[in-house]
Amino acid sequence: MRFLLLFSRQGKLRLQKWFTPIPEREKKKITRDMTTMVLARKPRSCNFLHWKDLKIVYKRYASLYFCCGLDAEENELLALEMLHRYVELLDKYFGNVCELDIIFNFEKAYFILDEFLLGGEVQETSKLVVARSVEASDMLQEKQRLMEIILLFPLFFSCYHGGIHEQACILTLGEMDLHTPEGIWTITDLEVLLLYRTMEL
Amino acid sequence: MSDVVEKTLSALPSLLSLDSQAGAGKLSPSSKLGNLIKGITELTSKHEEEKLIKKELESIKEQVASPNTTMRQMKEIMVRAIYCEMLGYQASFSYIHAIKLAQQGSVLEKRVGYLAVSLFLNETDEFLLLLVNTVLKDLQSTNLIEVCMALTVVSQMFPKDMIPAILPVVEEKLTHPKEIIRRKAVLALYKFYLIAPNQVQHIHSKFRKALCDKDPGVMTASLHIYLQLIKENPESYKDLTGSMVTILRQVVGGKLPLDFNYHSVPAPWLQIQLLRILAYLGKEDQGTSEMMYDVLEESLRRAEMNHNITYAILFECVKTIYTVHPKSQLLEKAAECIGNFVLSPKINLKYLGLKALTYVVQQDANLALPHQMTIIECLDHSDVIIKRETLELLFRITNAQNVTVIVEKMLEFLRLTCDDYSTIDLVGKVAELAEKYAPDNVWFIQTMNSVFSLGGDVMQPDIPNNFLRLLAEGVDNVEDRQLRLFAVDSYVSLLQGVTAKLPQRFLQVISWVLGEYSYLREEESDPGSVMRLLARLLDQRHTSTETRSWVLGAMTKLCSSPVSVALARDVCERYSGSLNTVLRQKAQELMILSQDTKLRARVLPAEGRLESLEVDSSLSFLDGYVSEALAAGAAPYKSPHQRQEDLVQEKALSLEPYGLSLPVSLSSCSITDRLTDRRSPTLLSMSSGLSGNSTELSHQEGSTTLKLEGVKRVWGKDGYLAQQQSAGETPTPLVELPNPLLSPQSPPSQTQKPSSGLEPDQEKRQLASSLFVGLGSHNSVCLMGRAETAPRHFRRKPRGESSSGASEGSSNSSHSSRSAAVDNLLLSNLLDSTTVASEGGAATTTTPQQTSQRTLDHTTSNGNPHVEGTEQRVEAGGPLSLIRGNGMVAVVPPTHTQTDPQTQQDLHPAPALERPRDLPLASHLPAELSGLARSEFTPLCSDQDSSLALSACRVYKEDALVLLVFISNNNDSALHQMVLQLTCKELEISCISGSPLKEVKGHSVSVCLHTVVMKRASVQVELAGLLSYQRPLGQPQAAQFSLSLSLKHFLRPLTVSTGDYGKMWLSFSHDLKQNLRLVTTEHQEPLTATLDALKGKLHLHVVDIIGSEGIVACRLLQGPGQGQPCLLHCRVNADSLAVWLRSPVPELPDSLLYHCQKALTET
Repeated sequence: MRFLLLFSRQGKLRLQKWFTPIPEREKKKITRDMTTMVLARKPRSCNFLHWKDLKIVYKRYASLYFCCGLDAEENELLALEMLHRYVELLDKYFGNVCELDIIFNFEKAYFILDEFLLGGEVQETSKLVVARSVEASDMLQEKQRLMEIILLFPLFFSCYHGGIHEQACILTLGEMDLHTPEGIWTITDLEVLLLYRTMEL
Repeated sequence: MSDVVEKTLSALPSLLSLDSQAGAGKLSPSSKLGNLIKGITELTSKHEEEKLIKKELESIKEQVASPNTTMRQMKEIMVRAIYCEMLGYQASFSYIHAIKLAQQGSVLEKRVGYLAVSLFLNETDEFLLLLVNTVLKDLQSTNLIEVCMALTVVSQMFPKDMIPAILPVVEEKLTHPKEIIRRKAVLALYKFYLIAPNQVQHIHSKFRKALCDKDPGVMTASLHIYLQLIKENPESYKDLTGSMVTILRQVVGGKLPLDFNYHSVPAPWLQIQLLRILAYLGKEDQGTSEMMYDVLEESLRRAEMNHNITYAILFECVKTIYTVHPKSQLLEKAAECIGNFVLSPKINLKYLGLKALTYVVQQDANLALPHQMTIIECLDHSDVIIKRETLELLFRITNAQNVTVIVEKMLEFLRLTCDDYSTIDLVGKVAELAEKYAPDNVWFIQTMNSVFSLGGDVMQPDIPNNFLRLLAEGVDNVEDRQLRLFAVDSYVSLLQGVTAKLPQRFLQVISWVLGEYSYLREEESDPGSVMRLLARLLDQRHTSTETRSWVLGAMTKLCSSPVSVALARDVCERYSGSLNTVLRQKAQELMILSQDTKLRARVLPAEGRLESLEVDSSLSFLDGYVSEALAAGAAPYKSPHQRQEDLVQEKALSLEPYGLSLPVSLSSCSITDRLTDRRSPTLLSMSSGLSGNSTELSHQEGSTTLKLEGVKRVWGKDGYLAQQQSAGETPTPLVELPNPLLSPQSPPSQTQKPSSGLEPDQEKRQLASSLFVGLGSHNSVCLMGRAETAPRHFRRKPRGESSSGASEGSSNSSHSSRSAAVDNLLLSNLLDSTTVASEGGAATTTTPQQTSQRTLDHTTSNGNPHVEGTEQRVEAGGPLSLIRGNGMVAVVPPTHTQTDPQTQQDLHPAPALERPRDLPLASHLPAELSGLARSEFTPLCSDQDSSLALSACRVYKEDALVLLVFISNNNDSALHQMVLQLTCKELEISCISGSPLKEVKGHSVSVCLHTVVMKRASVQVELAGLLSYQRPLGQPQAAQFSLSLSLKHFLRPLTVSTGDYGKMWLSFSHDLKQNLRLVTTEHQEPLTATLDALKGKLHLHVVDIIGSEGIVACRLLQGPGQGQPCLLHCRVNADSLAVWLRSPVPELPDSLLYHCQKALTET
């Protein structure tokens, strides 16, 4: 596979991955051509196109178009399924994925893609394994942030603990921003719960 | 602190009101990125967005530059920078910080850093060099996640030159206990293989291990590498067929863990990969194909579930079945399967069905017959993609009977499409079909008119060129006259209409044809009419300068009558003052020739149109004029290339000499060119290319050769023969064609309708019968779907030697036939190639093309003792043919007669007494190497009583230098515990003999084989060897020896075209210039002699010699199919040869130059 592009119905690029080195200008041209070509397609028409010597395979999922470019000998149907598998993976990770998830967490979408495809080749077709390796990194993230928070701001947490501990329980459904000297940090429900427990111990 | 809490609390309501989806926990619209994104969505104009992003980038820039920014903040900033880049705004200032983040951040920050790096940078970016250390550190980390990230980034992008730095660590990971690491390592190595195959050459055995890995994921990953390897060289991996078949059988049989299922289909990606590998392995190989029939059948049978993924497998399976050696039963099943695709209501499947059909009708055109009605429906499909694919299919099944209908459909499509790429493609196809199968003149000309007007200026230039050649060729019989006359008539009527919409290319064609053939219609109309039309064309504003010069050229040919002369004078007056020099010159020519009837009759003889004229490509008739001018003080002529080069030297700007692309067209050829050849503009440019000195002219030549190749494919020997045969069998269907429905030749299946449920109307039936006519009836003929009869005069006639003139292509074909005979001769004469190699001293094996060229050299320079003496070709049987198949060239370096005296002796029929061991040693050469050229046997050392003797021999394989060490034991007792070590830090030595030998029995000889590759180019290297051994009842002993290997042993010719040479030249950075002495011989030009001497001694490939310049290419062995290229550009300067060397590696030009100097001084 040469590239993978995700763009919205308005032609806004949401994610781009190039598997072979391509000059910047060429990338822009391809992106432009792809969006115009694919967006011009009528619904229920063929998912395969030609662009120069490349085969283009695209599919629309809700408001988002997934579009990839293949070499001549590659299998179009398989590429279509690959796109589908990627969507499944995103869905598993975000849970009922929507375009907003990908807009706001596009780096996560990249991480998932990197676990799924490597250098343009399908790396891992097992849904479980991909999810696991992405989650492993995420869990680590949660733990690490927690430790840093605790280490950095003991005072803050004593205050937190003393002042609003009954609210901490309410927070389990959402997330909140901590206004720290370093800026605003968002901590999730899980963290708050963990924090709370850590403080109690 | 309290206000922090307050703010936190104030944020609570909004948080609680958020949808509590599972994904919402990760959504962070309140972050800075969130704000940015929200900000953008609220904007209405592109301009506002630009302003906002600019502001954002400013603030990012400020933040990244601040020393107080923590890595954590950096990570958040980087995400924003990525977002801005995705929107198309440059954030290049952040690249370096992305690398810093990857270097210094904690695991998660690192991950974002790596992601940013992989998104921001390109493989060639210098910033990447800064990443190498980080990657290396992470690869060695104990944290699995860090290792994973490093492997991921490495397989996404890594600088080619730095691969050796991390290769050992990546290699190590192949044995890592975690399968995810092993898998990623394999993929990283796959990536390395793609960008630098020679680097990973030594770990091929480890790939095999990965193939046998217990984890299916790792095994799957290794298949990527094998697919690539097998694609490049299927012969070497035939032994894997069994394993691949077994794996596929297991996968199909559901033996893999359920994890690998995709929609309950077992590992589809793996299956398809395997099917693809099997296709490469079984192609044109019956034995291998037979091994896979069973499993292919099983795959077809098992993939029955109605899901896209099973269709993907089926499609691949069908392709494999039609690629490998055919088995009728399987083919039937595959055809049935294609039917399912084609008949499917799903549009994607229909598309693939058409694709599959297109693929298979090349083998059997009848396969399209059952799907006639579907194809007709697809032809009118609302989706252009389907239409386009259908036309592709029809193109494959075109024959003389259905050509009109199919071409009409194609033109119909062309009129509607606006995509340049498919226009170019389709226009070429229409032109090809029209040329091949045109039923009559009228149709042909009309079709070509449509081609020219639709193809416009985007179409391939060879279409008009071929068309003009077709018109110009051919004997002057009634048919040809009619064709030309019809063309003229149709163009006259076109010009009488509105010409504004006609593309320039078409206008050029029109003016050439009118200029050339208007005389055919002159009796029936007034002489000035064509002239007036042309003059009108000149006046129009949209006519380009190039077209104008064509028009003026045409007028020059036409201005015979008084009316025309008057018109011509008018035109001349206007254009003789033109700012464009070409136009001005054309106008002057027109002026002079229109006034001087005698001169005109000489320059443009009316009756000489069809004769091919002798070409004096060296323009020797101008010699007198030139010498006079020189004597009068004129500056000597410099070719554009030379001028450019001088310019470079003066200004020290790197304007590359091969980068020029001055358009060489008819317009730049003066009237004298008309003398040289009047057949067609293509030939014209070629003849001028031959007379010129510049390289871009040879580019032009290159492209012409290419065109002729295309021509050969269609009009080659076979096609022509087939036509002759069928002409005897079937009467030309020319006359009774118009209504194919009534045609007696219509196939029976037309009436036996396919069992599609719907009742097609009469129109469609008719269309079907006209489309598929001629398919069923010609079972035997239409194996390729195109061996139909066609009107004879539309076929391009193969021109004989006499008419070849300046045409390279035709002379090529005549050479090849001649050289074939010579090849055979050589083959039969030189059965024992090795003896010839040793006798000849210099032996060369070449590809057939090269042989033919050389043969030509021989025939032209017959009786030239120099050539005969220094070059001797060896055609070996088995092994060589393999090399030929690869299109590679094996050149045997001459044994260096100057350096070792022993070889000198060998040159003469060796006195058997003096060198008793030579012949026995030769018999110990491994069979696979015996056909290849080799050096003499060089004695290395022997002990005092000569009970043990070591000799060496180099075998010059096309992809490697094989060093053989012969250990001759002349004693009764055996040698034990032998260990042979070869060391040299400049060389990469790998043992290729199966098992390291341990002992040598009494009175026998053992051979150790090593492949040797130079790590970096150097003039000469010393190889140190140590053989330790033990005699029974003796002490361990050792024999030391040394052997010197020179750069030239590692050089192989690099066969490139002049065009490729030019491209390569531009891309290489290291260069070197030097003057060398010229070799002078009696029989050859100094340049040719010098280059021949270099070619003979250093095995360079002479790409081209043009005038006083020659370009030469070679490569330094670096592994199979690999090599460091070095290009030489030589120019004769007075009595020395100015050589300019270029290569991607710095050392190579230096060392090569040294050898060139040495070779030339020795000559």
